[in-house]
Amino acid sequence: MTVASASHSTLIDIRDVTKTYGSGTLALSQVDAQIERGAFVSLLGPSGCGKSTLLRIIAGLIAPTQGKVDWPASEGGQRPDDIGFVFQDATLMPWARVLENVCLPLKLKGVAAAAAKDRAMAALARVGLADFAQAFPRELSGGMKMRVSIARALVTEPPVLLMDEPFAALDEFTREKLDDDLLELWSGQHWTVIFVTHSVYESVYLSQRVLVMGARPGHVVSEFVIDAPYPRGLAYRQSADYMAQCAAVTASLRKAPA
Amino acid sequence: MNDTRLRLVKIVAPLAVGLGVLLLWEGLVRLYAVPSFILPAPSLIADSLIANFGSLMGSLFVTLRITLAAFLLAVVGGVGLAILFSQNRLIETALFPYAIILQVTPVVSIAPLILIWVGFERTQLALLILAWIVAFFPILSNTTLGLRSADHNLRDLFRLYGASRWQVLTELQLPGALPYMLAGMKISGGLALIGAVVAEFVAGSGTSSGLAWRIIEAGNRLDIPRMFAALLLLSLLGIAIFFVMTALEHFALRRWHESAIKRES
Repeated sequence: MTVASASHSTLIDIRDVTKTYGSGTLALSQVDAQIERGAFVSLLGPSGCGKSTLLRIIAGLIAPTQGKVDWPASEGGQRPDDIGFVFQDATLMPWARVLENVCLPLKLKGVAAAAAKDRAMAALARVGLADFAQAFPRELSGGMKMRVSIARALVTEPPVLLMDEPFAALDEFTREKLDDDLLELWSGQHWTVIFVTHSVYESVYLSQRVLVMGARPGHVVSEFVIDAPYPRGLAYRQSADYMAQCAAVTASLRKAPA
Repeated sequence: MNDTRLRLVKIVAPLAVGLGVLLLWEGLVRLYAVPSFILPAPSLIADSLIANFGSLMGSLFVTLRITLAAFLLAVVGGVGLAILFSQNRLIETALFPYAIILQVTPVVSIAPLILIWVGFERTQLALLILAWIVAFFPILSNTTLGLRSADHNLRDLFRLYGASRWQVLTELQLPGALPYMLAGMKISGGLALIGAVVAEFVAGSGTSSGLAWRIIEAGNRLDIPRMFAALLLLSLLGIAIFFVMTALEHFALRRWHESAIKRES
């Protein structure tokens, strides 16, 4: 199913990416993938399969040992400098108020304080936390902190949002709520999302495409297209179609070396 | 126990112990007629404090001035050096061992050398240098640790948005290092006083006129009540420094740091 060459709608072109860490561990071996503009793609796999490493390579936080990540539509094929990144922990600055946390990317980019504040307020409103702008992170629940983290990632209106197991540490109810809210935000804007998760159910529920990864060394094992229409609500979660997809993905994951 | 009662107990209990000890002390000294050059009664110490108030307060001021100056210079030097270390690993590797040597060498043993170098006519400067040597290391080592402890994901986030070194330092490392810095300053405040006093003991007679000198002088004259009065002022000064530092720490961290946040139980 892999597209052989990058088409005009390709946003990110991952070619032959291999990563060997200093200790000699081969974290990723010859990964090829294309992410099309506006897509919601999940990277699914057990811990240690290199999915977070791949995400960091895409973000430009670490360099691949071999191969490269191209951004064909961007200027010079370079990574745009306003990628949104959401970590597993909310990763907020505990000494700064919620609003200042959301302002951070704009501040670092030199946006004037007043304009930054307006945009940060708008981003907070989008995740439903406008009333908590003046709170400190410690005053918020885990789910709310994650919303702040998403607002911060979205405040620059990035073309792509990279999410590294963002909801893994949350309870199931909060996680399902955030899944739905994330989909709603995505459907409204249609930026591109690459979502790393180890949950089969979450990946199938959220994405248009699931890349299943195996470990030792990390590589893409298989790829599933989930063509259920959005919005996907509770009805989809309980549908036979959803269950069948989950079962197929699980089976593929089982076969993959862990 | 409710909150106000707990707070009251916290104040009253140590005060009651102190008052009890003073009464016992006074009573025993009177009962056994202990000579005042061995152990003066608290009332006699109070008398001496009042009688020598002018000279003792003058000395207190001298000691306080050296302590404060040494402390402020320790903050500037410790934080400044820590920032330098955080920017360049090579500088840190090259200099840190010498900072440790300065710290582990007992101040008493360097004092004569510093006094000779600086010159006996400038004792105050020698005292300042010695107090600074004692006070600066905790701030340096704590701040260095704090600057290095910035959350790795936050560091990545800063990199992702193309933050400059300066932005990383001022927006991420320094605010994150604040609790460490304040912990170091709390230790250094007390150490600056200790350094100032110890150095003055070594400097001995001459031009020094701080509280330590009053203690030596009173000892030489066997004026033990005055010695106790000077000691009392010295402890009060130490306590005051501690409280000021604690208040500063609480004020700076109360909104966000775990150490300063009260939990409802």
